[in-house]
Amino acid sequence: MTSAPTSINSFRSLPDPDGHFGQFGGRFVAETLMPLILELEQAYKDAREDPEFRKEMDYFLKYYVGRPNPLYFAQSLTEHLGGAKIYFKREDLNHTGAHKINNCIGQILLAKRMGKTRIIAETGAGQHGVATATVCARFGLPCTIYMGAKDIERQSPNVFRMRLLGAEVKPVTSGSRSLKDAMNEALRDWVTNVTDTFYIIGTVAGPHPYPELVRDFQCVIGNESKAQILEAEGRLPDELVAAVGGGSNAMGLFHPFLDDKDVAITGVEAAGHGVHTGHHAASLTAGRPGVLHGNRTYLLMDDDGQIKEADSISAGLDYPGIGPEHSWLKDIGRVNYVSITDKEALSAFTLCSEKEGIIPALECAHAIAQIIKTAPKMNKDQIVLMCLSGRGDKDIFTVAEALGVKL
Amino acid sequence: MSDAIIGGKDRIAKRFEKLRAEDRAGLVTFITAGDPDPETSFEILKSLPAAGADVIELGMPFTDPMADGPAIQEASNRALAAGMHMRKTLSLVRCFRDHDHETPIILMGYYNPIYIYGVNEFLEDARNAGVDGLIVVDLPPEEDNELCVPTVEKGLSFIRLTTPTSDDKRLSKLVQNTSGFVYYVSVAGVTGAGSATNAQIIEAMARLRRHTDLPIAVGFGIKTPSQAAEVARVADAAVVGSAIVSKIAESLDENGKATDNTALVVSGLVRELADGVRNARK
Repeated sequence: MTSAPTSINSFRSLPDPDGHFGQFGGRFVAETLMPLILELEQAYKDAREDPEFRKEMDYFLKYYVGRPNPLYFAQSLTEHLGGAKIYFKREDLNHTGAHKINNCIGQILLAKRMGKTRIIAETGAGQHGVATATVCARFGLPCTIYMGAKDIERQSPNVFRMRLLGAEVKPVTSGSRSLKDAMNEALRDWVTNVTDTFYIIGTVAGPHPYPELVRDFQCVIGNESKAQILEAEGRLPDELVAAVGGGSNAMGLFHPFLDDKDVAITGVEAAGHGVHTGHHAASLTAGRPGVLHGNRTYLLMDDDGQIKEADSISAGLDYPGIGPEHSWLKDIGRVNYVSITDKEALSAFTLCSEKEGIIPALECAHAIAQIIKTAPKMNKDQIVLMCLSGRGDKDIFTVAEALGVKL
Repeated sequence: MSDAIIGGKDRIAKRFEKLRAEDRAGLVTFITAGDPDPETSFEILKSLPAAGADVIELGMPFTDPMADGPAIQEASNRALAAGMHMRKTLSLVRCFRDHDHETPIILMGYYNPIYIYGVNEFLEDARNAGVDGLIVVDLPPEEDNELCVPTVEKGLSFIRLTTPTSDDKRLSKLVQNTSGFVYYVSVAGVTGAGSATNAQIIEAMARLRRHTDLPIAVGFGIKTPSQAAEVARVADAAVVGSAIVSKIAESLDENGKATDNTALVVSGLVRELADGVRNARK
């Protein structure tokens, strides 16, 4: 956890007390939920100031999640691309195989502190669902995970994993049957079970204070990376790269570096079949500001304000919105957002597997694809630090199908 | 002069005054604009006052109705699939006003389509179409500057939802900037789910009355004429939505298209509900 600096010259001083990052963020929720959100905000403020809470978090991050994870020099990929030195922050080596667990540890400890007795969550790729089911098993709380029916089909190993961990996985058949609909369904559950239920949101989106607290819990990625790159290279990297769906691994990596003005920062969205085709998930590249799921942010929608379905081979990026702080960072120009197609992500997935012996999640394969494009044009003494946000075991069926291989 | 103002009083205030004079509660009916298609929806809308609806809530279809249960979600989907959009919703109201100058119409929905339409342009067009008020589910008082304040400035009512989770401190905040009536969501949950007990509603009414002199309409979970009558004994109005919308769904043919029965079954149910409400205090 980080305490955000308060200088007005800092990129790290937001949100304001009403949860705004510039024009983005806010609290656009049904009145039934408002008292719960205000209670959560207060509980989080108290926890943040409490050394015991921090101590407990640090304990579980170290002994349960396995932090710090390494910052790994991807030498073989670096040599293959022949340009900048590439480092991977190995979130894939965390317990449960992705960065999602960092946030879940924070939120489950908060839920316990608030005396909540039941957990709900939404999940796309299933990584957040698995991480939530994991902490619920560890802390003995029942949990219900909402997952789009479409995602259940393409992420079956994670569905089984969640059930093994004792979670109830509820398929969501409304709307586009993917992540946004799972979030709608989780909100419907929350509005119905207001007294006992804690909603563990998996990304830096939703009503205030979620974008802030999820970011703070994920900042461990950037804080460790900073110390590790200084140790390895004696200086900060030239560029950070991370994939953005909702944007939690990216925000966790970026935030501690936002005020380091010599560090270029690149967020990679999913271009699906190509932004020009209309079948993509690139809300910053091709969307516009709107209001959904409790916050104002860039969204994919039509001229009537109806939300469009996102499309990406990666279930974790298949969301028509993005965290509000990313929208703000785009508008002020601090972070550069680009997009990568399914096809480019697939070749990056195989290249990384072959060159580094690391099978990456399809989500971060988008970040690798971006590096494949840019690293060769950089000097050999330059450094690119990328968040390898998760392992790709969950994706092998999707990839096999896309490559025409029958398992 | 705004179309919402007739005889120096707005339509909502006039309607509740009339109800008080008749010593009865009102029936507020919800349908989704364009459900199951724009033409049938207009037929249904037109038939509501004669069937006994005192106030009409007209849902603005949205792809992601987070606070609605399956019945109203499906109504939204049917309307959108039939090509409904915000401008058509407003023209539905405009056509209704050719026939009816007295029944208040409240548009109900989510913020994004209004935000994308443009708040000022939307309010202007809504007022000109003959809309009397708005209920926007995802705009709590914390976001009043977005739409609530401009709505009130335009002379339309911004109707607030109060809920079982609204304590006294919260209620005093909720009744600010509000007008028309106060909508009490009687159960924590989505539309069309469980129902509150009569005792719970009576207790909530007493609490709400300490904070506002506005009429109080009670909704969520009211499905039958006898439930509507129970509410009508203690509240100023009973709101029925999912039950009506479900009737529309049941009347459709195997391809999901309207039948000759569609408008009829709706007015049939509304008539029964209105009987319940009108006879409740006798």
